[in-house]
Order: sequence, then structure tokens, then C-alpha cells
Amino acid sequence: MALQKFAHIAGGLLPLLHEVQASLGHIPKDTVAAIASGMGLSRAEVHGVISFYHDFHDQPRGQTCIQVCRAEACQAMGSRVLEQHVKARLGIDYGGTTADGRFSLEPVYCLGNCACSPSVRIADKVYARVNAERFDTLLEDL
Amino acid sequence: MSNVSRIFIPSDTTACALGADAVADEVDVQARLRKLDVEIVRSGSRGAYWLEPLLEVETDGARVAFGPLAATDVEGLFDAGFPGSCEHDLCLGKVTDIEWLASQQRLTFARAGVADPLSLTAYKDQGGYAGLQKALEMSAADIVAAVTDSGLRGRGGAAFPTGIKWQTVLDEKAPQKYVVCNADEGDSGTFADRLLMEADPFQLLEGMTICGLAVGATQGYIYLRSEYPKALLVLNKAIATASEAGLLGDDIGASGQSFHIQVRVGAGAYICGEETSLLESLEGKRGLVRFKPPLPAIEGLFGKPTVVNNVLSLAAVTTVLARGPEYYQQFGSGRSRGTLTVQLAGNIRCGGLVEIAFGASLRELVEGFGGGTASGRPIGAIQVGGPLGAYLPASQWDTPLDYEALAGIGAMLGHGGIVVFDDSVDMQEQARFAFEFCALESCGKCTPCRIGPVCGMEIIDNIEKNIDREASFELLEDLCETMDSGSLCAMGGLTPMPVRSAVEHFPAHFERPAKD
Ligand SMILES: Cc1cc2nc3c(=O)[nH]c(=O)nc-3n(C[C@H](O)[C@H](O)[C@H](O)COP(=O)(O)O)c2cc1C
Ligand code: SF4
Repeated sequence: MALQKFAHIAGGLLPLLHEVQASLGHIPKDTVAAIASGMGLSRAEVHGVISFYHDFHDQPRGQTCIQVCRAEACQAMGSRVLEQHVKARLGIDYGGTTADGRFSLEPVYCLGNCACSPSVRIADKVYARVNAERFDTLLEDL
Repeated sequence: MSNVSRIFIPSDTTACALGADAVADEVDVQARLRKLDVEIVRSGSRGAYWLEPLLEVETDGARVAFGPLAATDVEGLFDAGFPGSCEHDLCLGKVTDIEWLASQQRLTFARAGVADPLSLTAYKDQGGYAGLQKALEMSAADIVAAVTDSGLRGRGGAAFPTGIKWQTVLDEKAPQKYVVCNADEGDSGTFADRLLMEADPFQLLEGMTICGLAVGATQGYIYLRSEYPKALLVLNKAIATASEAGLLGDDIGASGQSFHIQVRVGAGAYICGEETSLLESLEGKRGLVRFKPPLPAIEGLFGKPTVVNNVLSLAAVTTVLARGPEYYQQFGSGRSRGTLTVQLAGNIRCGGLVEIAFGASLRELVEGFGGGTASGRPIGAIQVGGPLGAYLPASQWDTPLDYEALAGIGAMLGHGGIVVFDDSVDMQEQARFAFEFCALESCGKCTPCRIGPVCGMEIIDNIEKNIDREASFELLEDLCETMDSGSLCAMGGLTPMPVRSAVEHFPAHFERPAKD
């Protein structure tokens, strides 16, 4: 990993962490020391940043990340029922990964799709007006 | 004239979430099958989301619209003679005649949805970069004066006068200053920043460049939330195009002045929308809110004078410069000048983006434009201004939408998000969620906001279980008072707003069993 590239960017730690996560799927604990020394920071500082942001994960996750929006606009359209269905269907809670390693489930607070709620994001794609039935179809089509 | 039919289909996140990509593919398939010469342009969205996927075809210089269109409708559309004939059940007539769009006052969103967002030519043909052109001929002080005279106030939520902020940065002497665009748009019920970045990205770049010239900054950053991957792609391409065209870089419009823009992606923290938390995050740190003073305008990014403005504030500046401050400030009511971007969201029949002069009533928006609820049930409550905004009962829906009028009823306009709930809403659940959200997103710097919301959830659970009701309500109000007065920023300080409004206006919801 071209650590030097980020060491020269002002405030380069977040871009670096994004890149590590994009290529490895998570930010393994044993990369923290290298990241810290490459960026001229302490390990505590790097760990502090990783743990502050919801996006960064230090544990491996499933191949595909599924996010269900839990914020108000989606609540108004039945996301509380949808999230129960999604959890039951995948057999995991938020933060969990399916036993076959295919899916991780995460809450998200707004996807900016609030005129057509409830919203679900699967990998980089957002889906609108998702109910239990449509969620099952989306899952089968993956 | 060639007889190629130009067909416009949005590439916007919501349009695609509703199937616009599949519609575009099917149009391509059907046109090939029939050997018709069509050009498919992926445009931005006009924000009439209830009509998306919305397809437009150019005929005799006008655009005729069809929607909402599913991929499975496309074959029938061609069978009915499309694109030559527009006879079809889903035909909406000329797009400019659609009442929902025609009755808006679009300044910032005038171009949204019309063309390919990444066509610089289309942007310029529609008046783009006229503002920058004017700015290049003006002194820095005159640009700032124009912004001040326009009456523009920050669209990110705090409604601070933009011109005064710019003046402060202009007055600072420093070797380096920055322009930071706040594109963190975390409020539920908002999507205007996203729509603008996806549909009209050059407008944001132009606004930031004008800001750079005005305050003497040569570097700009767009802090974009990670939930907006499409906007990221569009912005990066637009920056490359503008740079190639000499509209960004070391010699803007051959003026010898320089301005550069980089996009930085957030990492899923709501608090990073707060401007000082955002600056910490841009510096590569935890997003802990800073004490103010010093203001970011004096010691901002990397300790340098920094303008932090919302996407819509920076975009509005292009109109102010291009058409003059008098033009902009003639819209609006009272001390809220210009246009307000309302986002109709949640349980709403005709949801989407409405840009209109300040002063229309909430009812006109939600019932007029919005057409009531999607579920068809009566409206139960309306939350205005994001997760920290108040829940308004029917008795308050005639309030005009401007900053002062909403403050007058203990509410706030925020970023213009309007989330409608039907009468099945459980306000006790919503009040509990306000605390839950604060607990999740608090930066943890101050005690009332770190501990308070956890206590708040417990108190509401006790109320739910009918434990010590009277004492619980007193405790709840004490807690709200402590958070309101003892928090460093509006995250902890405003969480009481949705809670108190729920308790005050919907007392029956706190009587169990509330649900039948
Ligand atoms: C918790 C919290 C979240 C905020 N989120 C945003 C946001 O997502 N976008 C935004 O522009 N402003 C947000 N703000 C307001 C900013 O702190 C700041 O006022 C704004 O970016 C200034 O730009 P403006 O004057 O153009 O509105 C937030 C404030 C708080 C307290
Ligand atoms: S109010 Fe909350 S978010 Fe704001 S500084 Fe205090 S702890 Fe951080």
C-alpha cells in the first residue's frame, strides 16, 4: 500500500482508511501500527479515528453490505416493520454477518432517498419503496 | 434538422432506486428492435420524485414527459408510436406545464434535470458561469457586498448571514485560507444537496470559486458524506472537466487567480455535519466538536481562516452574482430572503424537491404540493428541520415557512426537510428515537449530550410502563433543560426539541396503551 501518498496529503488519514477498507474489506488490527508510523501518528490516534466513525470496521464483514435506513422519513413509511423482516430473513442482527459470509447487515441514518421511503442500500446501489416482499426479491436476484 | 430523437432519463440516485437504469436499457432495446434513431441522454432529476422514473422526449423544441415509468411499460410506449407520437396513458404533456413544477420558483434548481449534468456546454448554455464571469471583474470586497446585499442566509440550518461570514474571512490576513463546502447532508428527509450535486455539479464548483475569489482562498474542499457514492463520481468528473477548461486551477478564466477543489469523503458520522466537527474530520481526526470561539472564519481548517458553507448557500451565490443581489432578495418574506428549498419526504403522496420563495405555509406545501399522505390516511404529525427539529401538530400547519416564524413556535426550518407521518404514528416512539439517535451520534465531548440521551430513553421506557408517571415527566423536562442549556453544540442542545414537541402537542400518545 502506498502509504507515502497519504502522508503527503493534508488530513490524509481518512482517505487512507477508506482505501484500506476498500481493498481489504475492513481495517485489520495488525495494520494499525504500520498506518500510524506511515502517517507520523500514534497507534492510539489511529485507533481513535477508526473507532469514532461508523463506516470503519476492524473485523471482517460479509461480501455484500446491506444497509437499512432507520431514520425518520423511512420510519414514516414502515421501516420498523421492514427491519424486523430483514433481520429475520438474514438471521442476523445489525452488526452481524451471515454464517456463509455473504451478507453483513448495518443500520444507516438516511440515504438521501427520503421522498420514496423505505430505503435500502445493497453495496453501492440504493433501492426505493422497499417492503418485505421487494426485499426478498432483491435478495434472490443478487 | 436530424431526425434523431433525443430522450432524457435521469441518472439520479432516487430515479435509479426506482428503476431508471432499467427503463433506459429497455428504451435502448426497443429502439434498436424497431431500428429507430434515438439518443439517450442520462440527465439529472428535476426532483419530482413522485413521477420518477420520468422520461422526456424532445419534440418540436419542447419536452414531453412520461412517468412514472417502469421498464415493463416501455414496449407498450413504443407500440403506441413513441417517440413519434406521444399518445399514452403515462404521458404527462409538456414537462414545463406540469403544475407541480411550473408553480415553483426555481433559481438554484432551474437547471436540475434538464441536461447531462457533466456537459459543461449545457451548463454554460443555461447561464452557467455567468456569475463567475462577473466576479472576475469585481473586487473581493464588492463580491462580498453583493452577497451581503442579497440577504442570503446559510442553508445548512443555522441561517447565519453568508455575507458577514465571508467578510470576516476576507478581513483576516493569512498566507492560506480555505473554502469548505458542507455536503454532509445528514438530516433525514433531506436530499437537496445530493440532487444538486448529481444534477448540476458545476453550479457548486462555480459558487465555491466565487467564494474563493471573494475571501482570498485558493483551496476548496467538499466534505461529502459517504452515503452519496453517485455524487462523488459526478463531482470528481466535473472537477476534472472544469480544470481542463481552465475554470479551476492556477489561472481561472485567464485571470491569473487560482482556485482548486478536492472532494473528501466522510465516514458515516452525523455529527461531522456540524462545522467544527467537520473541520476536525477533514484534518484526519475524530470528529470532536471544537469550542467556539475561535470561529472557523478566524481559525478554521488547519488553523487557517475558513469559510464553511452548505452546498445550497454556495450554489445560491451564483444566482446572486449572475442576476444581482436585488433580484435575489426580492424573493422571500421578512428577514428570510431568496428561495427556500423544501424537501417533501416520508409518508407523502407527491414527494420531492420544491424550491419556492420563503413564506408559503407548511399546509400549502404538504397538502398542496405534497397531496397529503402516501398511505391515504390523515396526516398525524410533521417533523420539520431534520432529526433535531420539532414535530408539529395540525394546529401549527398554517405557520409560514421562514426562519423567524418557525422559531416563534419553538421549531426550526433547518435544511428544509419536511417529514410527514400519517395518523398511525406513535409519538412516544418518535420521542424515544430522538434520544436514541443522539446517543448514537453524540461526539461525546460534553456530559449532557453523552449521558443525557441514555437517561432519556430510560425515562420514556418508564413512562411506557406507567412507572412513576408524574415524576418521570418532571425528570424528562429537567433532562431536556439540562441538555438544552448545558450542551456545547446543537446536537445535544436541540435533541430536546423533537422530544418536547412530542410531549407538548401529542400528550395522548404518552398514555398507554396508546396503540390499539
Ligand atoms: C449536529 C449538527 C449537524 C449539522 N449538519 C449539517 C449538515 O449536514 N450540512 C450543513 O450544511 N450544515 C450542517 N450543520 C450546520 C453547520 O454547523 C454549519 O452551520 C453550516 O455548515 C454553515 O453553512 P451555512 O451557513 O451555509 O448554512 C449541522 C449542525 C449541527 C449542530
Ligand atoms: S452537544 Fe453532543 S455532539 Fe455537541 S459537542 Fe457536546 S457531546 Fe459533542
